Formats: sequence, structure tokens, C-alpha cells
Amino acid sequence: MPEQRVLLEHADDPALRTIDGYKRLAGGYATMERAYRELEQDEVLSELEDSGLRGRGGAGFSMGKKASFLPRGEMAKYLCCNADESEPGAFKDRELMQRNPHQLIEGIAIAALAADAGHAFIFIRGEYAEQADILDAAVAAAYEAGYLGENILGTHRDLELVVHRGAGAYICGEETALLDALEGKRGNPRLKPPFPAVQGLYGGPTLINNVETLANVPHIVRHGAEWFKGFGTEQSPGTKVVSVSGGVRRPGNYEVELGIPTRELIYDLAGGPEHGHEIKAFYPGGSSSPVLTAAEGLDLPYSFEAMAEAGSMLGSGSIIVADDRVSIPHMALRTARFYHHESCGKCAPCREGTNWTVKMLERVVRGEATPMDLDIISSVQENIMGHCLCVLGDSMAMPVSAMVRKFRDEFEQVIEDAGLDPHVVVQAPPETMGASA
Amino acid sequence: MSPVDGAGIDNPNLPVDPAVNEGRIPDRDPQGIPELHEVDCPPEMQERIEALMSRYPDRRSASIPALWAVQERYGWCTPEGIRQAAAVMRFTPAYLESVASFYDLLHTEPVGTHRIEVCTNISCWMRGGDGLLDAFEAAAAGEDDFYVTGFECLGACDIAPMASIDQRYYGPLEMAEAATAIAQLKAGEEVLPEKALDRRALAGDVPHPGEGADA
Repeated sequence: MPEQRVLLEHADDPALRTIDGYKRLAGGYATMERAYRELEQDEVLSELEDSGLRGRGGAGFSMGKKASFLPRGEMAKYLCCNADESEPGAFKDRELMQRNPHQLIEGIAIAALAADAGHAFIFIRGEYAEQADILDAAVAAAYEAGYLGENILGTHRDLELVVHRGAGAYICGEETALLDALEGKRGNPRLKPPFPAVQGLYGGPTLINNVETLANVPHIVRHGAEWFKGFGTEQSPGTKVVSVSGGVRRPGNYEVELGIPTRELIYDLAGGPEHGHEIKAFYPGGSSSPVLTAAEGLDLPYSFEAMAEAGSMLGSGSIIVADDRVSIPHMALRTARFYHHESCGKCAPCREGTNWTVKMLERVVRGEATPMDLDIISSVQENIMGHCLCVLGDSMAMPVSAMVRKFRDEFEQVIEDAGLDPHVVVQAPPETMGASA
Repeated sequence: MSPVDGAGIDNPNLPVDPAVNEGRIPDRDPQGIPELHEVDCPPEMQERIEALMSRYPDRRSASIPALWAVQERYGWCTPEGIRQAAAVMRFTPAYLESVASFYDLLHTEPVGTHRIEVCTNISCWMRGGDGLLDAFEAAAAGEDDFYVTGFECLGACDIAPMASIDQRYYGPLEMAEAATAIAQLKAGEEVLPEKALDRRALAGDVPHPGEGADA
């Protein structure tokens, strides 16, 4: 079967959570010991760069390259693990932290060597209290065993690791908002550049990576870049833990080689739609990826490049399947409401755009809209994209505009079913209309 | 026409809406940093916040953890609790309140002792999350001890529809289990042990439901 477990190997064994279990089952911390004792910073860096590992948090940028952007020299540098997984549809980091916390800690230790960072943080979302407790225990055990702290393994290297719990804000998954939250502020994104690699946490150079990205690091350093490239496609090497949810019979996390047919993931692994139903559309990479119709997407390879070519994205690797019972206008409204709630309010296009989109979609599903409103919805989305400090606004604009474009018939049907005369201007309450002309 | 701020003070001919000035000119100095002896901070909370501050290169980073500590101690981020944390951390209470009000999990209003967050985002919505929220609200109606709220994606779409009950995840839940969970919480029993996320096997290790039916 197409499941290929590297990160999730032995994940069914609860003993993996303990340091002894991790060593016994997965040969844990041996790679870190070798890296700290025998390898130079540049050797680790080039291994990571050669592997072609792409960030697993959403943007898909080369992890090794990102690490190499940090300036050299004597200064305080930081490593942040982004465990603020809040994208609707994504739950892979939760599984990785819950089942194998030491894999992440070992990855952080090795990445800290590559980035020459002396202080590392795991920023975990506040909702993941159970996983944060597990990480706390694992970090304490790693300190005790001498894998963290001062003079690690007698190599005169130090690494402090702090598990920092957030308090409920999707925006903190954006790397600069994460830095603000970690500095004890409201989680507002910062203007880029300067990028965090140059000026990040406390103004120091900072490497920020997703949980799954860092969990890959020990495996790459242990087996080498060539081994890693043996999985997946040329532009999307490695395995990927994919979260599949929504209208499937076996929702869950599946670790596969990148590039396998999407159909295999949804049908063979996740069990396909329930009896008597068909797949209508799906989000290939979390709620911020433009939806693909079943006809467009099911036969594409599940890789960064194939999804980008189809006008969508792999994102965090989270598939949400909508079967034929799902009303697309309602799904668009759910999606928009989420981003409206989570918009931090710093930039007007996002703050106002998400608000307007929600109100207009509410009118659509109430049957108070006209087909012209669909064009206005699309134009609002165009005016959000690329006009904000961060991509939260775009994350709503991309899926919503894709839904309106690809399922326009369904939107029009909803409007028509309401039986309102499209030539009559509906008198909406003032707060819905904004300023009048 | 809405009058410009203060326009009427110098020009008696312009109409002035009293709302423009009322409440906007502070009647006292903004609160400074309270001194420790003024706030009566419980010693264990002070110790905890000081330990939290020492974990970071900058003490400001301990804002969110300190507010968690306040919330744990008082049930929510009370104005008095925020003042106590502010005195320990040497920040103004207003600063900590501005942080607390940004985050969904920090409550600046009283909430019940048991907190139930029901996910109503896309995947849970497809599988009945709205109904589950209604069921929890009905089961907890009239009880001050329970705080039930709909919540954005909790990151557990594999167990949809799901809820976070006192910071632990449970799912997939049947509507009737909402009442069961509330009754168990009241009786002080373990909540829905079979539905705890911790007990769940990896998806790939679970036998196919309806295997062979349409294979």
C-alpha cells in the first residue's frame, strides 16, 4: 500500500513518547550525538540544502536555504519551531508532537547546530494543551539526559529549549506574528523585509520552521540527502504527512511519498466518500488553498509543483473533501467567517475585505443577493490579494474566489431558488451596506 | 453632520455632540505600574510568574504564560489578577489587558469552571458540528459552571465532530454524548474515556469500515 512511514514510523507504540522508547525503537538521539561530535555547521547545512527539503508549514520554501540566510558571527541567534497549527483541515503536527515528541526535539537540536542558534522555542497553539504537556515532559527528559542545556554531550555547545504556549490566534502561525506573540505582544504581523532570518526574535537572526520540517531533519542527517531524494518527486522530495478530513470514511493522517496520485490518497487510504455519495470538490492544502473540483484534482499527483500548476497549492498538506451533500456557497461562507474572525485588523484590505465577504456571502445564502453580487464578491477578493502585510487575507480570497468561479452555477441557483427579483435592490440593514453614496 | 472633535469649545456657533467629549477625556491619570505591596499577589503565583520570566531573554515574553497563570488561579483574567501579574512583571495592567484581549483562550470576562469549545469549522461542520454545539448548549443550559462556545478549527478534523472539554480533545461525538459529558463533569467522573483523542489509533492502523462492501 502506498503509505510510506518515516516520520510516523513506530508511531502506534506509546513507548515512543519516552526517551528510552525513542532510543530503542527509532535509534533516537544517535544522529544528534554524531552531528554534535563530528559535524561542522556547514556540513549539516549543506546536507539539508542538498536534500531539497521544502517547508511543510504552507509556503514550501527550501529549509536549507532558509537556514543559510542567517548571518554568521558572534551574536544571539534563535530557532523557533512553529507549532501553531491552526489552519482548518490541518492536524499533522498535532499527531507528530503527540506520538513522537523526541523526534522533534532532536530535529530542533540539529537545526540549531545548522543555524548556530543558542536559544530555541517551540511555539505551540494554546488549544494543544495535551500535546504541550507531552512536549514539556519530553523537553525535561531531554535536559536530564544531557541533550539540551549547557555543554551538550561535552561539546561546549549550549541550547536552551522553551515550550511556549500560545493562547488562541490563527494569525500567530504567520511567522512574524509568531515572533510578536513570543515577545509577549499582541500577535500582529510585521512588515517584511527585514525577514526573520536577518532580524527576527528580539531583533536577532531567527530561523523559523514548521514541526514537520524539523521532524525531517534527523532523518536527513542520519541517512543523507540522497536517501531523502529517493522519496517523492524531483521538486518535492521526501515523504509528507497528509491530513485528510471532511467527507471521507477514514479521516486521519497518512504519511505518503510526495507525488502519489491524489485519488490514491483520498480513496485507497482515506476510504473515499461514504456510500452512495460522490466527491464534489476538495481543498488540497488546507482551507486557504483554492478548491479543486473532483474532475480537476483527483488525478493530479500530490506534489507542490502539480498543485501549483493546477492553480492551487499543497500548503500544509491537508485535504478537506466535500461530497455531493455539501453546499459550496455555505462552505464558502464557513471559510470566510473563519478568516474574518482571525483577521488581526492591522491592514484594511484584510480587515474590511473579510468582513464584507462574510456579509455578502450571508446575503447569498439567505437568498437576498443578485448575480451581480457574485461579481462584486470576486472583485473584493482581487482587491485583497497581495495588498496586506501577511497572507491571511489572501488565504480567504484564494479559496472564496475559486469557489465563486468554479461553482458559479450553484451560487446562482441558490439566489434563484430564493425567488427574488434581481432587478429590485434589496434593502439591507445599514451596517451591511457600509457608507451610502 | 457629525461635529469635529472639540470644535465647539472655541466656537460657540458650532453644534457640539456631548458624546464627542464625554468619556474621552480621562478623569484620572492612566494607571501606572502597581507596586507589589499594593496588590496582594498570592506568593505562589508571584513565584511562578518570576520563574516564567526567567525562561526568556526578555521578561515581556512571559506575558502570555503569566496571563495563563492568572487565569488558572482565578478562573479568568480578572482585573485584580492582571494588576497582580503587572506588579510582578513591571508592566502596566493596561498592557497585559491589551494582550489578553487579543487571544481567544484568555478570558477577560467571567466564564464557568468547565470550558467546552465545540469546533464548528469546515470539517466539523460537514459532520454535524453545529448540531453538537446546540446539544452542548442545551445540556449546559442554566448552569453557571459550564462555559460552552463554538470555536474555530481546533486541529482535530480527524475526529470530527469534536469538542475540547477542559483542554482535552474528544471525538467523534454523537449528539447524545453532549449530555453524558456534562453529567460526567458534574459527577466528577472521567469524561467520555472512549472518545479521548489520546486513545485513538493512527488512521492507517484502523480497519476499513465497510471493508469489501464496494472494494
